[in-house]
Amino acid sequence: MQITLKNFTKSFDGNVVIDRMNLEIRDGEMLALLGPSGCGKSTTLLAISGIHRVNGGQILFGDRDVSNLPSQKRNVGVVFQNYALYPHMNAYENIAFPLQVRGQSKTEIEKAVGQIAALTHIEPYMSRRPGQLSGGQQQRVALARALVRRPDVLLLDEPLANLDAKLRLEMRSEIRRIQQETGITAILVTHDQVEAMSMSDRIAIMDQGEIMQISTPDDMYRNPVNRFIAGFMGNPPIVMVDGRVEGTAFETTSGFRLPLPGRLGGLKHGRPISIGIRPEHFGSTGAHTVAGTISFVEPQGRESHFDVRVGEGVVLRSIQPSRRDVAVGQPVEWPIDIESTLVFDEQGKTL
Amino acid sequence: MTRNFSIWPVVLILLLISAPIVIMYSYLALGTVTTTEPGDLLPSKLALDNWRFLFDTSTAAGNIWIATLNTFVFAASIMVIVLTVSATGGYAMSRLNLPFRRFVLSGIMVMHAFPSVTLIIGVFLVLQFTGLYDTMIGVILVKASLMLPFGIWIMKGFYDAVPWEIEMAGVQDGASRFTVWRRLILPQVRAGLVALGLFAFLDGWGEYVLPRILAPTNDFRVLSIVLELVGNPDRTNYDFDLFKTVGVFYTLPVLVIFVFFQHRLMDIFGGGTKG
Repeated sequence: MQITLKNFTKSFDGNVVIDRMNLEIRDGEMLALLGPSGCGKSTTLLAISGIHRVNGGQILFGDRDVSNLPSQKRNVGVVFQNYALYPHMNAYENIAFPLQVRGQSKTEIEKAVGQIAALTHIEPYMSRRPGQLSGGQQQRVALARALVRRPDVLLLDEPLANLDAKLRLEMRSEIRRIQQETGITAILVTHDQVEAMSMSDRIAIMDQGEIMQISTPDDMYRNPVNRFIAGFMGNPPIVMVDGRVEGTAFETTSGFRLPLPGRLGGLKHGRPISIGIRPEHFGSTGAHTVAGTISFVEPQGRESHFDVRVGEGVVLRSIQPSRRDVAVGQPVEWPIDIESTLVFDEQGKTL
Repeated sequence: MTRNFSIWPVVLILLLISAPIVIMYSYLALGTVTTTEPGDLLPSKLALDNWRFLFDTSTAAGNIWIATLNTFVFAASIMVIVLTVSATGGYAMSRLNLPFRRFVLSGIMVMHAFPSVTLIIGVFLVLQFTGLYDTMIGVILVKASLMLPFGIWIMKGFYDAVPWEIEMAGVQDGASRFTVWRRLILPQVRAGLVALGLFAFLDGWGEYVLPRILAPTNDFRVLSIVLELVGNPDRTNYDFDLFKTVGVFYTLPVLVIFVFFQHRLMDIFGGGTKG
């Protein structure tokens, strides 16, 4: 079901946290709300679920205005960060609870719970209490409980934050699989860009209660609308160098020069700009080369990260397939893919 | 378990300190079933005479079973009232956005700090005014309400320890706030309810001052009043052995409850201390 936020406004004790936000989640898509902590993403999620009252604007499920409906009447499934399983009930009872509350018959409940348990692969653990389940199993039970009554929308609040690294990878693809198999509209709240990129169809980046950009993960990585997003997406992050326009080139105060991408002709001479170079665009291909000395090497197994000092106070980062022929202190001359670099103006907007 | 000090000195010290109490209690219990020659230290023969009051209503103790039943009803009513009001009130204090919440909370704290005896004149006036003076219902209400600040505060602590998300999840699953409280939250604070219930029951069982003052002539005699009657040395048929035996009889249920539930009672100090 399509979810629409129209001029959604939320304030706490008079402090406006989210001011007239507009957002549309398409039917059957998984949208990630990505942003640093305190940006209002969880507030948005809780408003959609009905736990927070809206202070202004509308929330629409399809054509139905649910802005003033209590949670119980919204038909929203939520998976909380700590899963919020009911500790005194076993997995089966946990999943059956939403159906019991609705007064469904025993056979109906058994059938529905059985189906959802098969989908989430938790059949062997149905008689265990949450305390006897591992983190990943608890997560599956929480998912099953959220999905069992076929909600209009599934909300996931930092679903992977409490899992260890290996389980996180596993559950990442599991949640995506379950979402795609059920075809449910889902909203994922996370502060982890890797999670957002790998799990969702589209990402909405939020900062200070505002949505800055909504796009597909790929597009957002390649064409961020501003410096904040460019810095948020990608790990290791993009390197920003501040300077100004010198003819058709970019120069820092210390004299480090780079040609500007061809698409940016006619920038005013002397205009302050900054240039963003992603690690994968330095060190492998490109027409222009930059000379410097290696200041730091971080081997990662399959690949290596290098920090290269290319000028006074300018350190570029490079990521390359693992190589052992270079070491700290060694001078190198590596190519830069100028056309892939990002250029931002003084306000941080992409040019 | 690994010990980094030996346990026996501790046991020895504890034994020494508690020896007087242990000796007194064992003599008290022993004395009810034996007779001892004057001047002797150890009892000489078994005698169950003192327990005659259990069947014989002609002793100073009167009909002990009616008094026991009365005490039970008294303590149980207090327990039920304290549990109901604390379970609901504690939840409201912990979770609901009540007007004057802070004021009420500090009020409860102040009430908790007051010794109940200081309120007795006011309580007396209220009971007179409402016509509940000299009735057991009045005493039960007074006793229960004096326990409530403690109960509500303890239960609030237990509710505070239950994560909000459980409540949110319940609401999201379509349950009403009441259903959430009854089916999801209440089971999480069961330890607190059990401990508080035991406390309330034991407190009611041992209560003497309030029934004595607020229902002096009432026929609804609880055991503590019976004990007072039996133990009055001005009576013509004063019998110290009977006094001892009724005292032991009065204590037995408390002992049984302690033996079975002592770890439950400790829960109050484990879980409910967050304010």
